[in-house]
Amino acid sequence: MDIHEYQAKDLLQGYGLRTPRGGLARSIDEAETVARALRGSPCVVKAQVLAGGRGKAGGIKLARSVESVGGMAAELLGSTLITAQTGTQGRPVKAVYVEEQVEAARELYLAVLVDRGAGRVAFLGAAQGGEDIEETAVREPAKLKRLIVDSNDGLVASEAEAFASGLNLEAGPAKAAAKLMAGLYKAFVELDASLIEINPLVLTEAGDLLALDVKMSFDDNALFRHPRIADLRDRDEDDPSEVEAARYEINYLRLDGDIGCMVNGAGLALATIDLLKQRGGRPADFMDLRPVVTRQQVATGFKMILRNPKVKAILVNMYGGGILRCDTIAEGIAEAVKEDGLKVPLVVRAAGTNMEIARKILTGQAVPAIFADDMAEAAERTVAAAGQSPDGGAS
Amino acid sequence: MAILADKTTKVICQGLTGTQASFHCEQAIAYGTQIVGGVTPGKGGTRHLQLPVYDTVARAVAETGADASLVFVPPRAAADAMIEAIDAEVPLVVCVTERVPVQDMVRVRRRLEDSSTRLIGPNSQGIITPEQCKIGIMPGHIHFPGKIGIASRSASLTYEAVGQCGDARLGQSSVVGIGGDPVHGLGFVECLELFLRDPQTEGILLVGEIGGSAEEEAAAFIAAEKPKKPIAAFVAGTHAETGRRMGHAGTVNVFGRGGAESKLEALRNAGVRIAPNAAEIGATMRRAMRG
Repeated sequence: MDIHEYQAKDLLQGYGLRTPRGGLARSIDEAETVARALRGSPCVVKAQVLAGGRGKAGGIKLARSVESVGGMAAELLGSTLITAQTGTQGRPVKAVYVEEQVEAARELYLAVLVDRGAGRVAFLGAAQGGEDIEETAVREPAKLKRLIVDSNDGLVASEAEAFASGLNLEAGPAKAAAKLMAGLYKAFVELDASLIEINPLVLTEAGDLLALDVKMSFDDNALFRHPRIADLRDRDEDDPSEVEAARYEINYLRLDGDIGCMVNGAGLALATIDLLKQRGGRPADFMDLRPVVTRQQVATGFKMILRNPKVKAILVNMYGGGILRCDTIAEGIAEAVKEDGLKVPLVVRAAGTNMEIARKILTGQAVPAIFADDMAEAAERTVAAAGQSPDGGAS
Repeated sequence: MAILADKTTKVICQGLTGTQASFHCEQAIAYGTQIVGGVTPGKGGTRHLQLPVYDTVARAVAETGADASLVFVPPRAAADAMIEAIDAEVPLVVCVTERVPVQDMVRVRRRLEDSSTRLIGPNSQGIITPEQCKIGIMPGHIHFPGKIGIASRSASLTYEAVGQCGDARLGQSSVVGIGGDPVHGLGFVECLELFLRDPQTEGILLVGEIGGSAEEEAAAFIAAEKPKKPIAAFVAGTHAETGRRMGHAGTVNVFGRGGAESKLEALRNAGVRIAPNAAEIGATMRRAMRG
């Protein structure tokens, strides 16, 4: 789960993070009120959406007066921001964060995450932060420093200071950075975060360290022990169909194409999408049925695919396992088709546990499925079917 | 021969008395696995599935001589259950639980480093040595004994791979699901080491996916060891959208790392035969075996 910049700043201030003065605004009036409280210093007006790349997308604006803060807020509020991370549909801007502009002597990068290879919490840092950090990380990985923390010892102050010195900080600021890192580590572990990213972390002429932008994400699987964090979720930012699917033990992501996909298992679902794309198809979704899914939940998932007006053909790729068997999926599909009808071609590939029963169920309930024996045949038939659908669109 | 589990392996199940655990242990017993007991705190001294139930793993191990534990415990208690098994020095622990908090797994991994226990999972379908031993939730009937060792990050994709190997008349020595979570026990490299040492295994199949660097690490290991046994691989997610999470928690990219292309390139350069798509995994393994 991601939270907004303003929420992350608020939360981490309790752990010793220092940020420029600022406040949240949901209207032009509120934005001007925040600007006035900052006594007319130049301000940055920042769209609060749950996606990176805001700066390059025009979601962060500089304003030199209270009036221009109002003007910038007017431009951003109610607009849709499309960044490199939002997809083509973008994200609606419902609030802006107004913050005093800070003169930076230097911009650094600092992040906390779980290093998967090491299986431990790790700090990442770079002496040069900013918007191009991702490119730097790929082009010059040596510039990205890493400090892996032993969970038995926690973050050792001397190691943190050495790490900070490695970011070209002098003794004073390095000590401050180590203290900040101790706070961030505490927050990361206490709150089951999956990412805290400060970019940029600004070193001022006075030698202070201020967080200009903060991204924070939490481990969804640990939210059960952090109800107050769970309450920070911005439900407006969730795709309603993805939220609905999650209630039915289905992982669902809307994509831009016209082939509806239903698969059991995340790896097989990824592989099915790969194969469709290789064959020239365009998937309309990623739908992964969890092993514990029931017949009714499968029906609900299938109806979600049926409801997508873009869908010209549907591919169901099931491999019956030890928990979820093919017959359960087939019954769910038959139920959905009985209730909502089926207007597009449906290709079904059933393998593994109870694959024959699945075919019998669909045939017996008069579901007009095209059966395929393996993945390759299934993908080819589906792509062909999407090109030949009644409304005539070619894929 | 096989790796990690065979017909002599004695298995206890932590959480045996739960509905899902009961179902899968019955299946495992029917498959021929020696399930010798269960652990459910508070139910020690009772019997379930005609098996003795103990309060603690240590007691269960002392009484039954078990050398493997199947952890079938809900997410919030799974880490403690794994740690209990590690502390009881169980040589092999298999955790099928999905949605274990990542930082709990950081704790478990730390504990593993100081032990001789091997952990498979969590979020794994387990391990199977065909017609000998099944510790997990995979359907037994799709497997048959043979010379291919399989290690995979995804359960349903493993079944797909096993099915295709079967169609290509390639049986399996052992099939290990290393799990789809970012922090887990056994990785590809350990599986490779075990399969390379196992005389029954004559070829190895790795089934990977985007996210993390397990495939790159496997590639580095293969490049350095230059094993004589042929190795094939498939990596799912070549067409996944970056920045969006598809499926396993482990598939999120960090800084452009973890993409399918870098994995495929690393494996290819190490001499691994790559399946061009999921429909050709069996055929690719077959070609790799022919050399």
